[in-house]
Amino acid sequence: MFSKGTKRKFSDGDEEISDESLVGARVASSYSLQRQSLLDMSLIKLQLCHMLVEPNLCRSVLIANTVRQIQEEMTHDGSWHMVAEAFCSAGQSPSERLVATEVLCRSREQDAEPKLFSVISYEGCREEEVVADETLCSVSVSDTVSNVCLAGRIGQCWEKSELSGVERDEEALEDSRLGSGEDEEIDTKDRASTESPKTIGQVFGTFEIKNGSPGPDSALEELFSDVDTSYYDLDTMLTGMQSAPKMGPYDILDSLAPSHSSPSIVSTPNCRSDLNELDHIMEIIVGS
Amino acid sequence: MKPRPVCVSASDIISTVEFNYSGELLATGDKGGRVVIFQREQESKNRLLSRGEYNVYSTFQSHEPEFDYLKSLEIEEKINKIRWLPQQNAAHFLLSANDKTIKLWKISERDKRAEGYNLKDEDGRLRDPFRITTLRVPVLMPMDLMVEASPRRIFANAHTYHINSISVNSDYETYISADDLRINLWHLEITDRSFNIVDIKPANMEELTEVITAAECHPHQCNVFVYSSSKGTIRLCDMRAAALCDRHSKFFEEPEDPSSRSFFSEIISSISDVKFSHSGRYMMTRDYLSVKVWDLNMENRPVETYQVHEYLRSKLCSLYENDCIFDKFECCWNGSDSAIMTGSYNNFFRMFDRNTRRDITLEASRENSKPRAMLKPRKVCTGGKRKKDEISVDSLDFNKKILHTAWHPKENVIAVAATNNLYIFQDKIN
Repeated sequence: MFSKGTKRKFSDGDEEISDESLVGARVASSYSLQRQSLLDMSLIKLQLCHMLVEPNLCRSVLIANTVRQIQEEMTHDGSWHMVAEAFCSAGQSPSERLVATEVLCRSREQDAEPKLFSVISYEGCREEEVVADETLCSVSVSDTVSNVCLAGRIGQCWEKSELSGVERDEEALEDSRLGSGEDEEIDTKDRASTESPKTIGQVFGTFEIKNGSPGPDSALEELFSDVDTSYYDLDTMLTGMQSAPKMGPYDILDSLAPSHSSPSIVSTPNCRSDLNELDHIMEIIVGS
Repeated sequence: MKPRPVCVSASDIISTVEFNYSGELLATGDKGGRVVIFQREQESKNRLLSRGEYNVYSTFQSHEPEFDYLKSLEIEEKINKIRWLPQQNAAHFLLSANDKTIKLWKISERDKRAEGYNLKDEDGRLRDPFRITTLRVPVLMPMDLMVEASPRRIFANAHTYHINSISVNSDYETYISADDLRINLWHLEITDRSFNIVDIKPANMEELTEVITAAECHPHQCNVFVYSSSKGTIRLCDMRAAALCDRHSKFFEEPEDPSSRSFFSEIISSISDVKFSHSGRYMMTRDYLSVKVWDLNMENRPVETYQVHEYLRSKLCSLYENDCIFDKFECCWNGSDSAIMTGSYNNFFRMFDRNTRRDITLEASRENSKPRAMLKPRKVCTGGKRKKDEISVDSLDFNKKILHTAWHPKENVIAVAATNNLYIFQDKIN
């Protein structure tokens, strides 16, 4: 897991470089790999934000700012365009991305003194965190297609609550939003991919909340054919595992994990009886 | 101060701890929406050596889980903050807030009961009028003490985002409530409207880069309040200046040290708590790694900085990964403003003496605290050889976090919430 870090082999077949610049190059490439890893991690966190029932706005903002910061630095370095190119080719080895990111904790000026990656005790960790860590290692994070699409959702974290606030003001009674969550995701992805994803800033700017827009066209479907579907399992599994009692009733339908039992919602007399009935029905349907 | 454990109580995960103005009562709120109030035993004249212990006084369900049908989201019943009102009569009043709603609760005692009604029996049944032949005056008879909590006001529907702070004003008539983007001013008697005094919501939500993390009213000046942000800044506002206090009167920010800049700089600078000193001259802010004391007259830097757990600076990446970097620690002053306290991981909490500059790390755990025994100071080993009794950084349990602590307003009694256990420590009597 992350505590151990992944040792990368330095291939000896490269051209001769002096020792100093070799070390410098190593540190630089190590730094950029780790920065990329941090970027991936942040985007996943934002993705999870989106899946949580009520995202913590402060946390979302801080993560989004971190993503922006990385993106700005990468643009400055000139390495952001590589990410955009990779968007079209979508074929990078995942293992390089999942590297211990200790170096990122320090400033660039400081010496990179070799510290062992900390062994944070995960025993008795909150359930959702353990799942997140395991899946971070197993899911193909390097897929920049999904990365950029995730970026499109950054704005959605807090847009969602804001939109509802507006709706409430207008006293619009909203019908069941069953399935609209899924539409939102797909549409956001489409939108993110149709714009040229040069900067996260642009992706932020293109976001809109959608309800029931037309589905993706065939060109985009090709583009997404490489998307690792285990990603969606990650979403649904994490939706199911994340603070189970806090799930809304419609999230149960998103949850595909067969081992997931319906959340033990504390029953209160007023608004919960319907939810409990729905749970009960879902249990029967899912057969868990 | 050499604290000894006085009592420990287990419950649901505690989410807030607060002494009342006299220190006689201690309120805790938990994740299940319950409020438990402890009361200090009256000191017995005979047993000079025993200080009053805190026993459960009242327990009530303050908030219930709700469902927001428009957003299809659950509203957590977790109590985010409790604030007491100063006592004005025999009853006690407190404000409790979850993410969306604030309630004013009245806690009153009943130790007498009227007996001898004319028109009804002792068990409440109406008496047959024809059988009443005499007239008597009901008499008040003592009964077992009953503590009742009743909701007197419900302040709802004023916050789109999650409430993170409430603070009672020194005029004892108004209070403020702050969520991620707005601060509202309420009158305690009026529940159907509030004034919005701060609004940092951008026109375009995608431009949002900063949120409000905490707010507090000045202890003496009823027109002054402060609010802290996720970017590590504090704004002091004067309500006399304008109806909408978007423009601050004072802006407190410490310039960043460029040599320690990293991708996590902003996150760890985010202020999780702000508290005025009792004197009103200083305020204290807690960010992820440190506690800073600010002089209200000096905006460009804090006057004191205390490192809480600097050894975590090299672990920020893993703490970001497991989300611990977003933990919101609180901090508190002692009654005389000479010491400050805040929590850390592994059930450690730290106390700093502002005068002597000494600090101490203590642990709140059942294993290490026998009642009446002294707490042993703890030390975290940051590198190299670990001495006996030291604990290495890698062995710290990041699930055992002390986020909420409170200090008695007058005495050296502290309350420490360690997940679902409440520890109360008090100073040894010499």
